[in-house]
Amino acid sequence: MGFDFNVILSKQDALVSGIGMTIFVWVVGTLFAAVIGFVIATARRYGGVIVDKALTVPIEVIRGTPFLVQLFLLYFGGPYIGLSLDALPAGLLALSIYGAAYFAEIFRAGYQSVPPGHVEAAECLGFTRIQIIRNILLPEMALLVIPPSVNMAIILLKETALLSLITVPEMTMTASAIGSQEYAFVEAMVLIALVYWVLVELAGLLGRLAEKKLSRYRLAKA
Amino acid sequence: MSDNAISVQHLVKRFGTTTVLDDISLEIPRGQVSCLIGPSGSGKSTLLRCMAFLEEATDGSIFIEGAPLGFVYDGAGKRQRQSATELRKVRSQIGMVFQQFNLWPHMTALGNVSAALRRVRKMGKAEAEEKAMVQLRKVGLENRAGHYPSQLSGGQQQRVAIARSLALEPKIMLFDEPTSALDPELTGEVLNVMRSLAAEGMTMVVVTHEIGFAATVGNQISFLDHGKLLFTDAPSKAFAKPRHPRLEQFLDTYLDRGASTLV
Repeated sequence: MGFDFNVILSKQDALVSGIGMTIFVWVVGTLFAAVIGFVIATARRYGGVIVDKALTVPIEVIRGTPFLVQLFLLYFGGPYIGLSLDALPAGLLALSIYGAAYFAEIFRAGYQSVPPGHVEAAECLGFTRIQIIRNILLPEMALLVIPPSVNMAIILLKETALLSLITVPEMTMTASAIGSQEYAFVEAMVLIALVYWVLVELAGLLGRLAEKKLSRYRLAKA
Repeated sequence: MSDNAISVQHLVKRFGTTTVLDDISLEIPRGQVSCLIGPSGSGKSTLLRCMAFLEEATDGSIFIEGAPLGFVYDGAGKRQRQSATELRKVRSQIGMVFQQFNLWPHMTALGNVSAALRRVRKMGKAEAEEKAMVQLRKVGLENRAGHYPSQLSGGQQQRVAIARSLALEPKIMLFDEPTSALDPELTGEVLNVMRSLAAEGMTMVVVTHEIGFAATVGNQISFLDHGKLLFTDAPSKAFAKPRHPRLEQFLDTYLDRGASTLV
């Protein structure tokens, strides 16, 4: 039996839908994770000592346990506490929560990177807290936050492969199935490895473009 | 309550067990330039920051144009925090200029000056930028409107920061060591802007080590040491001999640094 891609490529419809599902859970999961992480970091900054301390615990638990364990606990353990989710919503939720814990730390560092005087200047001019976040803090931290965020997005993309274990029909699951049926497992894995890698490069490229656009003011010459 | 632009009454500020401001009372009349001088750590910057409510006093009160700043006392004499909206209203009377300029690096000079007009005063972009240009012209930087802070010298940055504070037309301007981060040449251009503001009748409170500026532009000199306000006087009195012994000692250090050889 030789190395033959044609067997795999003949199942192209199933593969394309698997790739589509991977991109969907990745993009939506990363967006949710970033938004939840930002809300957590903001609550920690402005919510007082109790909120800050209270939010530290779940972040540490999530960062301190494997994603696969969290995923299984949510999907198989959820029903015991009345949380019965289908595979896709369970996978998306687990991915969002997992990523949010890391994004919360990224945005916390972002908040801390802005000199307090820049906020004081806005306060003295009568900016509201929301205006300060929107017009001063977010744009100023953007440059610092982008590289670790892209990194996190890349990690989350690779973690989506684990969703195959709770039967989310993403590309690792599709490729495993095709590979087993057609006795072309290695070919299937090579193919999806390439797809994952292309997506990672794409994320990196977008990140670099965003960085370049945002660093305009730093590179500006007199 | 008083008729003055700023009234500081029995202000106390403690950080833990350290008393930074010890029962300070100070009246700053409208249209006057009040200079706060004293050695580092004397509390002068903290006092100024309390006037902008960037520091919360432990006790005592501050009135800006007759209105309480930051805290109000209820019927039972208990201190309550002002609502955020109330605080913004009182603060809108003052403009603050910092030692480190604190311009927003992602906005141009024009963006920095027009931001508050757009966000706080809700003006349209064109109108806000037109008003901002007036202020930039006033500090002599209309030809730098499109520059980012990273493209400006320290003196230019501080002048943009002054224009930014002036944009909302405050009644009082607070300056926290505005020239301490600048070399002597750049210091001059910033002090000139401040001189012309004073000449227009702006009420100003200036924390400074520029004794010459304090003596020539100031109407009122307050000397602080170890959190205590040692005296407040007109410069003609404050700097006339015989001086307060602590001020004498403080001024001696200026001459000790070799400046006396130049005189």
